Amino acid sequence: MSDIKIRAKLEGDETTVKCLMSHPMETGLRKDSKTNEVIPAHFIREVVCKVKGAVVMKTSWSGGVSKNPYLSFKFKGGAVGDPIEIAWTDNTGESQSATAEISG
Amino acid sequence: MIDAKRRTLVKGSLAAGAVVGAGLMAPRAFADWNAAAFQAKDIPTAMTGLLGSDSAEVSDRIKIKAPDIAENGAVVPVTVETDLEGVTSISIIASKNQTPLIASFEFVDPSVIPFVSTRIKMAETADVIAVVKAGDKLYKNAKNVKVTIGGCGG
Repeated sequence: MSDIKIRAKLEGDETTVKCLMSHPMETGLRKDSKTNEVIPAHFIREVVCKVKGAVVMKTSWSGGVSKNPYLSFKFKGGAVGDPIEIAWTDNTGESQSATAEISG
Repeated sequence: MIDAKRRTLVKGSLAAGAVVGAGLMAPRAFADWNAAAFQAKDIPTAMTGLLGSDSAEVSDRIKIKAPDIAENGAVVPVTVETDLEGVTSISIIASKNQTPLIASFEFVDPSVIPFVSTRIKMAETADVIAVVKAGDKLYKNAKNVKVTIGGCGG
């Protein structure tokens, strides 16, 4: 069970991909208000977006992206049913990926 | 009997090889993440680390959509798009964050339209700066966002 939700919609000749990931996105700069201890960094560093198995976009993030990150991008072409894959890797080495098909 | 043992040995060494392989592969997954840029405490270091230069021409062809006032700095929606030609990357910076470089989007395939939308954290009222790489040149634009409650507190 993946915690990445992907919606990809074809309109005209443009496909819009909208994606929500489940992640705490801790910067490593925040302190616990009760214990005053630094909360360890835990954030997504890289996201790779593929269309029909080919990488179209690579993103690198700091902990400055909000908790449960939202990402949207657009590309030309694409056909209903084409698979979109989104995969992330975080600073602890954890990774997740999900695939969705383009809808019309 | 000897043959069976030999098989076991072969299997064992194959498995060991796979483990060593995985061990070597793990750090490679991060090879693309630019620590120097994303951990930089100031914009020039971040931009130079990521894009090779900290000078960019201001362009109003870069449109930044973000709220004028963000009540919650922990979640500031930001959309960047441009009609500049030959865009290969868009980077987003929050000028007063402790680590200002927030995200960089690299367009590997020319089919990708120079448009990105995400949500970022802002420590305080500051400029959201978008840096666009088009051809071999850097362009930028900025939009001020007033933050009433900081998003990087603690």
